[in-house]
Amino acid sequence: MKIPYYPGCTLKSTAKHFENSAIESAKALGIEFVELPKWNCCGVVTPLAEDDIMHHVAPVRNLIRVLEMNKSGAVNDEKRLLTLCSMCFNTLKRSTLRIKEKVDDLDVLNDFMYKEEDYDGSVEVVHFLEILRENGFDEIKKQVKKSLENLKIAPYYGCMLLRPKDIGIDDAERPTIFNDLLTSLSAEPIEWRAKNKCCGSFLTLDNKEIVSRLGYDILTNAQKSGADLIVTSCPLCAFNLDNRQKIIKQKHPEFEEIPVLYFTQLMAIAFDLDKEVMGLDGNYINPVPLLESKGIL
Amino acid sequence: MMKSKENMVTVYIMGDAYNVPESSTIITAMEYSGFQLTTGVGCREGFCGACATIYREKGDYKLKGGLACQTVVTDGMTLAQIPFMPAEKPIYDLKELKPDINTIKELFPTIFRCVSCNTCTKACPQDIDVMDYIQALKKGNIAEAADISFDCIRCGLCALRCPAEIVQYNAATLARRLYGSYLAKKSPEVDESIEDIKAGKYDKELEELTKMDRKTLSEKYYARETKLR
Ligand code: SF4
Ligand code: SF4
Repeated sequence: MKIPYYPGCTLKSTAKHFENSAIESAKALGIEFVELPKWNCCGVVTPLAEDDIMHHVAPVRNLIRVLEMNKSGAVNDEKRLLTLCSMCFNTLKRSTLRIKEKVDDLDVLNDFMYKEEDYDGSVEVVHFLEILRENGFDEIKKQVKKSLENLKIAPYYGCMLLRPKDIGIDDAERPTIFNDLLTSLSAEPIEWRAKNKCCGSFLTLDNKEIVSRLGYDILTNAQKSGADLIVTSCPLCAFNLDNRQKIIKQKHPEFEEIPVLYFTQLMAIAFDLDKEVMGLDGNYINPVPLLESKGIL
Repeated sequence: MMKSKENMVTVYIMGDAYNVPESSTIITAMEYSGFQLTTGVGCREGFCGACATIYREKGDYKLKGGLACQTVVTDGMTLAQIPFMPAEKPIYDLKELKPDINTIKELFPTIFRCVSCNTCTKACPQDIDVMDYIQALKKGNIAEAADISFDCIRCGLCALRCPAEIVQYNAATLARRLYGSYLAKKSPEVDESIEDIKAGKYDKELEELTKMDRKTLSEKYYARETKLR
């Protein structure tokens, strides 16, 4: 399967290890990401105001790029756009829905674009986790070369994969997709309360106080529920839960740090891919000692 | 010499009608009409970027931009001349910067307001993919931004049209400076030449040149050109 791929800005800067581990693990499953030759920032947040069409320009421009790319014959899964970052997934997908609901807005957007070809509303935005589910978790099982048996993992869904309901990749209250992935990787997913609790998102920029409070609650809930580490699919969640442990530790000296990994890094570990692909030096809290103590690395 | 009536077109300079020769550029049309330009005009060869301006053509809703020294007037054109572009410019010490996304975030936070409308690209008289270099900076790809923006003449039209009020050309200048200082392939020849200059290798020759009369200097110059070819 060759599928059009939208990386998003963070995956090209601070979350390079997310991108590398995803591309290589996907390859092991016979899924090839073909990056859009040209793409722009998705805009990061979906405009909620009824009359704000301007902020749909960025998502729609990327969807037009998919149509352009299809003409080149570089992909065979033509009507879908694959995303990794939960924020990008959410923003792009919500724009596709807005256009479906308000066809007039699409006319305004197409008129504004000027030189680009018209967008026809045909592209479906998907998250890598959905592709993994569709491909079959059994396929993942077959690729596991390193057992993660002793590893108890808290799957952190956050908000962006699940809400609002009409774009969510799983049940917003009782999601299982991450759990299924972890099980197929031979790890043990734990049940916990904070799996879909908000990490504080953008408040991390100007209200570290709130973000570290939310982070403390999420991380300690994971630990109390028996987790050795946390996995996520969102660079912003990862930043808030991983990097912000520095502030949390200052405020709560008794707090014990816990590694936060991208789910694709865990796939790379289980598939026994190169160390470079795992990119474990990209995480703020070093996961290597834990993985070594469990006999995985 | 007055040109004949057939070769004249009517343009509207800041709202008032003037008849000007049809081959005029915006600058010569204004001067023909009696305006004296003291600022917002420079090399008159399309290189310096000082004369960037905006205009509208008859029957077209688009507000267009171009260099006034390069844009030929059309009948019914409405035009103006922009003497100066006020733009935000951060002050930095290049030696203290790192060529990464954090530098961009700190010095040009407005870049992250870009809505990908592509208005800047449409405005650029140099046909630069302005939006693309802004997007490259957003991803922290300084080399790509430096490369795309290479032909920028800092005319300011992109910034004038940007709904996110980004000053693209100042960001692009930073990208090229960072690229040149930190990312470009090092060239040992340049370093060697700098050492030679410091050591005074060319001092004598330079002194001779400064004392030369114009004729000899000119002869020497053209001889050098020929030699190079
Ligand atoms: S990038 Fe902007 S400043 Fe540079 S030439 Fe184009 S319009 Fe002018
Ligand atoms: S005009 Fe401004 S907002 Fe629009 S694409 Fe260019 S930089 Fe972005």
